[in-house]
Amino acid sequence: MIELTWQWLTDPGSWTGPGGILAQTGTHLRISLVSLLLAAAVAVPVGLYIGHTGRGRWLAINLAGAFRAIPSLGVLFIAIMLLLPRLRGELAFEAPVVIVLVLLAVPPILSGTYAGVESVDPAARDAARGVGMTGTQVLRQVELPAALPLLLSGVRSAMMQIIATATIAAVVGVGGLGRFLIDGQAARRYEEMAGGALTVAALALVVDLVLAGVQRLAVSPGLRARPG
Amino acid sequence: MIGGVAWSTLLDLTLRHLYLAVVPLLCGLLIALPLGWAAARYRWAAPTLLAGTGLLYTVPSLALFIILPLITGARILDDSNVLIALTVYTVALLTRTVADGFASVPSVTRQAATAMGYGELRRTLVVDLPLAVPVLTAGLRVAAVSNVSMVSVAALIGVSQLGSLFTQGFSRNTLEPIVVGVVASVALALALDLTITLGSRLLTPWLRAAR
Repeated sequence: MIELTWQWLTDPGSWTGPGGILAQTGTHLRISLVSLLLAAAVAVPVGLYIGHTGRGRWLAINLAGAFRAIPSLGVLFIAIMLLLPRLRGELAFEAPVVIVLVLLAVPPILSGTYAGVESVDPAARDAARGVGMTGTQVLRQVELPAALPLLLSGVRSAMMQIIATATIAAVVGVGGLGRFLIDGQAARRYEEMAGGALTVAALALVVDLVLAGVQRLAVSPGLRARPG
Repeated sequence: MIGGVAWSTLLDLTLRHLYLAVVPLLCGLLIALPLGWAAARYRWAAPTLLAGTGLLYTVPSLALFIILPLITGARILDDSNVLIALTVYTVALLTRTVADGFASVPSVTRQAATAMGYGELRRTLVVDLPLAVPVLTAGLRVAAVSNVSMVSVAALIGVSQLGSLFTQGFSRNTLEPIVVGVVASVALALALDLTITLGSRLLTPWLRAAR
């Protein structure tokens, strides 16, 4: 079995073409990145607001917990059935997938962001106010940079969940690496399923390494001693 | 009947779901405890242990359900396949929590216990572990809720539990069973979460006295 999987993985035919590993990886990454950016566009400002003002913290914590309990597969099916008659073309399938992935990614980014702002040393905040910075300046020049390690950890775990969950999008006919798992199962080609599974795992790993690199570059050297 | 699902079926699927989510939670905790303890106790081992277990979490659940049989020799449809996969995730999530939990024990407390003649093993079990419960609980709650949500993915490979309502509803193009499944699954996750929170309160009477 392991040999067959290896054969499938090393066969150039599995990699090229419109349904090949390369093309599906591209689709997988595109959907994942769009979802991550949308989720960050919502979660980072809200998280900064909560961290900066301390307002709505209780709500954010409980919402994040409740969101995590929602089973993605069920929500995906519901979103497809509700949206399919209303949208056209590829969007009709991809939009529900993106909605589910955004729902999944908002809680970790949100909690990373406000936890990051809250972790800022109060002395640094007071000093910034002391030299005459306004609230916005404190947020932009002190709190945001100091919150980056935790914020980016939140982004990393969100991206891991997105990439993992994007595989189930194949069930509703969307492209991505999940195709090999679903099509392989339908055709009882076990080597294709196992090969596809290994490919997703590898993609998740590579993306996490890249994001870890981004985190290293983006975080101020003065803060690097902290575990992130 | 609710949403086209018989009550007995719903109860059956819920119990299966509970079983598939809770057994790995407990097994994962048992494995994560010594690993996390070692990461907190031996500084040199921490990066390897934490990065290693963290890495496991990057493998998508659907992928793990499919790869595991290659390693364990079980059939994809076996319960053991799902149980092992979720145990792996629980270990991945909890090892860091356990390490953080042990690290959260004040060193003064530890020194006092040592001064009173506690050996390392007895001190770990009787002093450090109970004091780590609040931190452990936080991680355990996340693991419990995410296990419940991950179990439903196993419906795609044909393991029956509440997720089966999703696939059945989808293939018959009826929304009701899916909604019933989602609601039941969220309720189950919240019930587990509540159980863990209450359990933690019972285990940490000193926190209530302080309040």
